[in-house]
Order: sequence, then C-alpha cells, then structure tokens
Amino acid sequence: MKVVVNGTPHEFDEDATVATVVRSFTHAPSGVAVAVNDAVVSRGDWETTALHDDDRIEVLTAVQGG
Amino acid sequence: MDVKDPLVIAGESFTSRLIMGTGGATSLEALDEALAASGTEITTVALRRVDPSARGSIVDLLLRRDIRVLPNTAGCFTAGEAMLTARLAREALDTNWVKLEVIADERTLLPDPVELLDAAERLVDEGFVVLPYTNDDPVLARRLEQVGCAAVMPLGSPIGSGLGIRNPHNIELMVEQASVPVILDAGIGTASDAALAMELGCEAALLASAVTRAHSPALMAEAMRKAVEAGRMARLAGRIPRRRYAEASSPTLGRAEIPV
Repeated sequence: MKVVVNGTPHEFDEDATVATVVRSFTHAPSGVAVAVNDAVVSRGDWETTALHDDDRIEVLTAVQGG
Repeated sequence: MDVKDPLVIAGESFTSRLIMGTGGATSLEALDEALAASGTEITTVALRRVDPSARGSIVDLLLRRDIRVLPNTAGCFTAGEAMLTARLAREALDTNWVKLEVIADERTLLPDPVELLDAAERLVDEGFVVLPYTNDDPVLARRLEQVGCAAVMPLGSPIGSGLGIRNPHNIELMVEQASVPVILDAGIGTASDAALAMELGCEAALLASAVTRAHSPALMAEAMRKAVEAGRMARLAGRIPRRRYAEASSPTLGRAEIPV
C-alpha cells in the first residue's frame, strides 16, 4: 500500500494502521498527534484506524517555537 | 505583591506575568537555563513534523520545569490550517489552550485579521481557550473578545524585529476597553520594551527572540523578568502626569534672600 507520510511517499503492508506508521517514525510517541487526510485521529484510535492507498498522513510533535 | 496580584487567564492564576516563547534557542540546554531565569509559568511551542533523528524533547523539558505548554499555530496562513493545527496540538499536548496565529505573509508575519477572526470564532465554538496573536488594532481586539477569546495579544511590532512598541496609543486603547487580559506579544527587543508594555496596562508580556537570540539568553531572561515586574508595579503605582514645563519639587516658600 502506498501512502504519503509527512510529505514523502512510503510503502506499508496492507494491514498497516496509523499505529504502524507512528512506530516507524518515532520512538517517543508521547506528545505526538496524527492527521489522516486532514482529520485528526485520536491516540486511542491509532491501533484500529486502517490506512488506504494514497492516504496523506501527518505525524506531528511539539518543537521550539513562538 | 506576587500573591495579591495574579495574572488570570480563563480562570487560571499565574504568578509570573512574563510568558516566554521557546523559538530561536540554540540548544535545549540554553533554553532550559533561560526559562529558569525568566521565572515564566507559561511557554509557547510550535507543532511540526516529527524528526526521527531529534535528540531530546521540549515537552519533557517543560514537564520537568512544571511550565504550562501553550501550543501555537505559527506558520498557518488560513483559518482552516490554523484550526487543524490547533486540533492536532490539543491531541498531542492534552491542552485546549492555543495561541492562535494566522499570518498574512512571510515577510512581515503580520496577522491576517479576516482569517484570524474566523478561526478564533470557530475554535471557541469547538471548546478551545483561544489566545489570538493580533494586530495592534483596538477594533479587531474588540471583535476577538466578542467571539469569546480568553485574551487578546497585540503585537508591539513585527515578530522577531525587536522594534519595540510602535503604537503605544493603540495598546492603551485596547487596555481601556478590554475585559479580558491584553498581552503584548511580539516585537520586544530589550527590557525597557517589556516594562513599557506593562506600564501601558498590559496584563502580561510574551517574548522569545529578545531572550533566545540575546548574547546571553539567561541574563536577558532575568532582565525581562525584572522589567515586567517593575512595569507592573509602576502601572499599579500610577505614573505622574506629563507636563510641558517644570514643577519644582522643593518648596519655594522660605527661601533665603540672597543679594545678587
């Protein structure tokens, strides 16, 4: 399955969930938030939210700013 | 004075009236030292894509210091972008407080008033405590308050410019009419700018670059803490009116008659 994570194309297994993506991008999931196709996916739903071809996924965290 | 004169935002009390942003610090260590010296109890962070190679976390640092995290929507140009960022920040940081920034262009980083007001109203409806970074426009400030913002945060001058408070008269007008805190946000370059903000009646001052990009951030942070305290005390004490001519402070009665 082809999805776009943080602006870059990535390949994941067909049974991949939001949680799979988060785990592959960061080892410190506290303070992380995820949006799939511009909609926030709550932390409690990461394990059960399936992905589909061409989904756009943003994995964000707090950084210094403002 | 600290205990008797708290800063109150959305029903929550704070002892410090200095809100320090975290942008621009050269390292987490330098930032940590500056935050401690500033005495701040609220600090802003931005939300960005995770960097798998990042070392250390700003959130861990703030938790250790027991400083409240105020996520911003920096870099957003539309109400829609700002709203999604605010929702992501709420999810990531477990807070419904947001420093709402909707900017018009990269060169000035001035707020886009139309998008800002739209986003503010909709985020208030979604249950956010909205602290909008706004222009030094008393009318826009009134509109932001009307839609339910918990504070209004006018710029003194453009972000990172260090140009101080370019329109103190407008800031005073905003203070006069507001029933939510007015927090001077952006443009502070040095301690006297922060003191002036408080003397004009602002409830707090928010700054980042002035400290994080100073030659000695921790020393400037301490200067800012003292300036905000001094400015607040001067505001409460009440300054003397400005006069065109001198008014002697020594009595004229009882002077010796000395022949010329």
